[in-house]
Amino acid sequence: MEQVLKCHVGIGGVVEGEALVATDNFSARYDLNRIKGVFSRPDHALAGQSYKDKILVFNTAKGGVASAWMLHEMVSRGIAPRAILFNTANTILAQGAALANMAMCDRFEDGDVTALIKSGQQLIVDPVKGQVTIKG
Amino acid sequence: MKLSPHEEAMLAGEMGAARKWAVEHQLQIGRMFDAEDMVVVSQAHMMADPESLGEAGVSFFEKFAELPADERRVAIPLLTDPRGVDLSYYDKLGQTEEMANLERRFVAACLKMSVMMTDTCINYQTIMPPVYGDHVAFGDTGVVIYANSVCGARSNFEGGPSALAAALTGRTPRYGLHLDRNRQATRRYRVDFKLEGLTEWGVLGAVIGRKAGSYWEVPVIEGIEQVPTSDEIKHMGAAMASYGSTPLFHMVGITPECQSLVDVGGDKLDCEVVSRADFDTLKKPFGAKGEKVDVVVFAAPQLSLVEMQQVADLCRGKQRNSGTSLIVCTSPSVVADAKRLGFISDIENFGGKVLEGTCFYQQYAREVGEANGWKRLLSNSTKIVNILGGYGYQPALASMEDCIASAIQGEVV
Repeated sequence: MEQVLKCHVGIGGVVEGEALVATDNFSARYDLNRIKGVFSRPDHALAGQSYKDKILVFNTAKGGVASAWMLHEMVSRGIAPRAILFNTANTILAQGAALANMAMCDRFEDGDVTALIKSGQQLIVDPVKGQVTIKG
Repeated sequence: MKLSPHEEAMLAGEMGAARKWAVEHQLQIGRMFDAEDMVVVSQAHMMADPESLGEAGVSFFEKFAELPADERRVAIPLLTDPRGVDLSYYDKLGQTEEMANLERRFVAACLKMSVMMTDTCINYQTIMPPVYGDHVAFGDTGVVIYANSVCGARSNFEGGPSALAAALTGRTPRYGLHLDRNRQATRRYRVDFKLEGLTEWGVLGAVIGRKAGSYWEVPVIEGIEQVPTSDEIKHMGAAMASYGSTPLFHMVGITPECQSLVDVGGDKLDCEVVSRADFDTLKKPFGAKGEKVDVVVFAAPQLSLVEMQQVADLCRGKQRNSGTSLIVCTSPSVVADAKRLGFISDIENFGGKVLEGTCFYQQYAREVGEANGWKRLLSNSTKIVNILGGYGYQPALASMEDCIASAIQGEVV
């Protein structure tokens, strides 16, 4: 059964991919080894896991402004997530998604997105309509 | 979003490709955050180190730098955050020619666009502090939280691309902290004990940042009776922004928008007490008494001239342990003054190195750590110990005095 989650209008175009979910917060500078394409911060819930081509789902963004360039740089090398979903994004991640042309959405009407979506589910993210579809 | 005729003209490409890109970028951000229009800003500050930019980011700048002079020049003063490479010392630090070349290309592009290479995250102490009510487009979270909270200016976190867009257009989408309603307190904390030294102020910032935990929360802090120095509140803000992504706080009777709790709506909020136990919990992962120290770092934020004097005083006439390096990061303008006043030679005679216009975590910290065999890192910056765990370091936290004593001993005192 498909399930459609409504959210605020976001950034970027329609993408499809597999969800990788954590209740943690996210920073490209603090949490990632961007060369290897894995979460590198030892106390991050996704430590050691690859983020390449995933649709990442987090509570919110944390930390500094560097992520605004880093998403663009990650996309240019082809080692990047396809989309990032948040309960609440911050300005930096939104700005980074705009430069990188990466899909990003936040503010889901049905509650906590990190509980609504499970790792491994296939998602279609449509930032223009402001909706995310969980495919069966 | 409602655009003025000037903004429409930029969007239509009448003022060149750079300004057209900038308005398009701003429209995307404005749409996501429900901005109704743009607000004119007086200055911008851009974080753009080569590690974050990569080849892709540097090429992005070079494309704009090739435009005709009137199309590539920024419309308002645009300052730069610390660089990633000190071009006079990169090879000795273990940075590569490839890193230095990215840096050189970026600087050349910026100069063509009339970007002021101030290379600092303490522009509010050294260049031009914004004025109460001033709308600005600042990058570096430490700069934004200081400008909003201590100066009473108005800025969102503007990442590099958005700071550049604001500098090209002279405005930014009016959302977030540009609006009165988003500057009211949403969390209330009470601190009943006295704080000592930069590190304790940093830890307070970190504790509150972690509790508040979101860009959209505004903490108000009551109970603090001692007025902090600019350096103390700088460490506090930088740590709060680092741990919580927090862009604004109020301190009752101290910060300008909050002479009393009522001014920011704090009287309507439940109060949470911050205790010494909260401090201990935060510091626990960063204790390493008795362990060998590979490098002591003073950075994040860059040191003010006053901090440079404090470090120099502690270093004077002493020698670091041969197994422990000391790195100090500050801005080019502070370096010039510190040199003239003899602080740099005090630090260098101790065996330390002062890097100019960089910050430790923005200069390929992972590669530098590997090249020098640095694992155990000691700092008085609550911000930097938070960041560097993800970069392969084992960070520890101590006061400035204990950091220098540890550099002499070769182990955490």
